[in-house]
Amino acid sequence: MQPPVGQGYGSRVSEVEPATDAQRIAAEARDRARFEEEALALADQVYRVARRLVGSREEAEDLVQETYARAFRSWRSFTPGTNMRAWLLRILTNLNVDRGRRVQRSPQMQPLEESDYYLANKLASTAGEEALEQEQVVERLSQDSVVTALSEISPQFREVVVLVDIGDFTYADAAQILDVPIGTVMSRLHRGRRALKQKLAEEALT
Amino acid sequence: MTLEPCDRCEEILQDYLDRTLTNEEWAEAESHLGDCDYCRRRYRFEETLRRYVRVSAIERMPPGLMVKLEELRGLDATA
Repeated sequence: MQPPVGQGYGSRVSEVEPATDAQRIAAEARDRARFEEEALALADQVYRVARRLVGSREEAEDLVQETYARAFRSWRSFTPGTNMRAWLLRILTNLNVDRGRRVQRSPQMQPLEESDYYLANKLASTAGEEALEQEQVVERLSQDSVVTALSEISPQFREVVVLVDIGDFTYADAAQILDVPIGTVMSRLHRGRRALKQKLAEEALT
Repeated sequence: MTLEPCDRCEEILQDYLDRTLTNEEWAEAESHLGDCDYCRRRYRFEETLRRYVRVSAIERMPPGLMVKLEELRGLDATA
């Protein structure tokens, strides 16, 4: 007596299907582990941006942990082959805004930035043109004063300056991370750098 | 409104260092920088300053953080 075709076919499927399922699960676990490793390898670079966006080391650590928790949960929404560092930073900057860490200063409180040569001219007028040489710059502006000046510029400008000048993101990446047009990135970057120099002039030369 | 060459040079300083100038603007800047000590020093200063800001602002990740991040691996989407 021949076995019913359906049953035979069925039993073959029932042997094959769990294996396929298991393979699928194993493949997903591998993809996930690969994703997590790739993300963790970027942690130092993510932290360096976070650290300059918030006021303290503790806050930066919290922010990075929240970012990775969210990234690991939603790893499936990352498109392999795209820029993971930008993807992580987008999560991070959104979380930073959500948590209200980004303290907004009212716009009328923002002074108009001085021009681009401002700090150089200021240094040159107080200490001579030689003060603009590399060694002298390092001597006259302490690393602390740079960090303080950076923390004092308005958060909107700071975000862009930190992403581009410290995080090494392109204008296009920064625009994507912050979800603003590229022209906005450029104008905030230029104004932010000027504001930074103005703060540095106040910090270091008074 | 026409700008004085040094004002114009100052205006395109950021884009020059970011390498986002058009070819004509680039040539314009190069030609002025070739003649003008004042602007040349300020461009060099700006370059130094950017490097210095970067070096000063970069802080290494605290060693304990990596351990905490490793612990987050495998987090469930529903958790």
